[in-house]
Amino acid sequence: MANIFAYAEARGGELRKVALETVTAARKLADATGGEVHALLVGAAGITAKATLLAEHGADVVMVCEHEGFTHYNPEAAAALAAEQIGKGGFKAAVFSTSAQGRDLAPRIAAKLQVGLVTDSISVEMNNDVLLARHPMNIGKVIATVAIASTPALVSIRPNTYSPVANPKAGRVENVSPVADPSASRVVVTEMIEGGKGKLDLAEAPVIIAGGRGLKSAENFSIVEDLAAAFGNAAVGATRAVTDDGWRPHSDQIGQTGRLVSPDLYIAVGISGAVQHLAGMRTSKTIVAINKDKDAPIFKVADYGIVGDVLEIVPALTAAVREARKGH
Amino acid sequence: MKIAVCVKRVPDMDVRFRIAGDGASLDETGIKFDLNDFDAWAVEAALQLKEKAGDGEVVVISLGPTQAQETIRKTLSMGADRGIHLQTDRIPFDGFAIATALAAELRDGGYDLILFGKLSPDSSNGITGPMVAELLDLPCVTAVSGLEVSNGRGTAKRELEGAQEMMEFPLPAVLTIDEGLNKARYPSLKGIMAAKKKPLESKPASLGDPKVKIEKLELPPDRAGGRIVGEGAAAVPELIRLLQTEAKVL
Repeated sequence: MANIFAYAEARGGELRKVALETVTAARKLADATGGEVHALLVGAAGITAKATLLAEHGADVVMVCEHEGFTHYNPEAAAALAAEQIGKGGFKAAVFSTSAQGRDLAPRIAAKLQVGLVTDSISVEMNNDVLLARHPMNIGKVIATVAIASTPALVSIRPNTYSPVANPKAGRVENVSPVADPSASRVVVTEMIEGGKGKLDLAEAPVIIAGGRGLKSAENFSIVEDLAAAFGNAAVGATRAVTDDGWRPHSDQIGQTGRLVSPDLYIAVGISGAVQHLAGMRTSKTIVAINKDKDAPIFKVADYGIVGDVLEIVPALTAAVREARKGH
Repeated sequence: MKIAVCVKRVPDMDVRFRIAGDGASLDETGIKFDLNDFDAWAVEAALQLKEKAGDGEVVVISLGPTQAQETIRKTLSMGADRGIHLQTDRIPFDGFAIATALAAELRDGGYDLILFGKLSPDSSNGITGPMVAELLDLPCVTAVSGLEVSNGRGTAKRELEGAQEMMEFPLPAVLTIDEGLNKARYPSLKGIMAAKKKPLESKPASLGDPKVKIEKLELPPDRAGGRIVGEGAAAVPELIRLLQTEAKVL
């Protein structure tokens, strides 16, 4: 029997979808080894209420630490607490998300515990007591299978690769105390700036509409926004050329130096498909490309392509999607 | 202000990679290497901080085979003051092994800031910076896209999914640099000439024991792709039909 640790990420008092993904991935590992899933949840007063959702997705135990010092992300105190719980809990593995928070947290904990960590894993499995993680490298052109022989083995999973699965467990809440005083951390978040309330983030959106230079101007991005709105569950992304030109913020950039996404549907609008862009989206489940150049490399990775003027095609597609989604 | 920047030479990604005979490493024959983009932004950040402070030193450290000296030389031509090359036959995949060697070099360096690029696209782990911070017990901010430093303290903007965090931290500290903080300068001819005379020390890297190991490498299958539904707005109804009935995403 080997128990698995899952870090349940919260932001602004709410669980993030990636928290359910880590619990789902941990549940799969625990079921394979006959163990339990113990999730750690930190936040300000009231965060305990979110433990139920973790239990519904497979957490046998939810360790909760409520402290005002956890109102914002608190890297030092969160890392100290997670390292202590992982270290003393006798876990076989600890699962994080490869989110901004998980990218920050997991390596600190791995260094504290002097154990192995593989980030951005697209699948993890236990093989004869060794955790194997499949990890895209070289911008996704090579997939490595990496063995983490240490116990615990630390792994972070790529957002959207493990869909949250309902798998109700007891979710027994255990209150845990911080190790380091969260109010005494050297690094402090003084403010969190939410970009567009209620908007879906690229990492969480099942549909992504991304725009490139083919849109010809920043103003024309409105047709991309309109198409995203017609879907209702879509986020807007962009190529590096577009963010470099300031048409969109850098945080919208999908590609080698930006976000790595794998939505159910990716619609590339006016994107030629430079290798650096393909690096960020080639694992999308279905890809649609709309571009005027029929020889553009994007059509080589797209499941469906339409050749022509994006300014004519995209509004027509928006109208058709709106019609198709009537009644949703 | 004394600033260290840790940089890595990474392969040109615009190639078709080949797996070596051992099945667990890449055949590097004919592949060109250059300074990692994220690391170039880290070097630029260090140069700008030094210029603003009016004095200081920018030391660039790179771990790798002898060719890593070319990468260091490039940063010297951008304006860094001196280089330290930590010699090893091959750059390990494992970030902990690398972080251990870098931490040993950085520990007694008296640096006010230690900068890293957020990620290198070859190993794609993005863990070396925060691991070094932990090994040296220094404050650390990752994915920095905005930065101000004065009077022994810093403020940084950090990129999250759909949000940003404003962070405050004391020096000395470790930062990993994201895209968007700056645009890296190109080496000038004068810079290239000056770089040839700048000190570049080479010594063996004290790598840590690797904690993870690549069992095998695979090239993912090409996407089937390539199906053109039609031309112009007239193709939209057929695309909608395919998204509904075949891809089942609408």
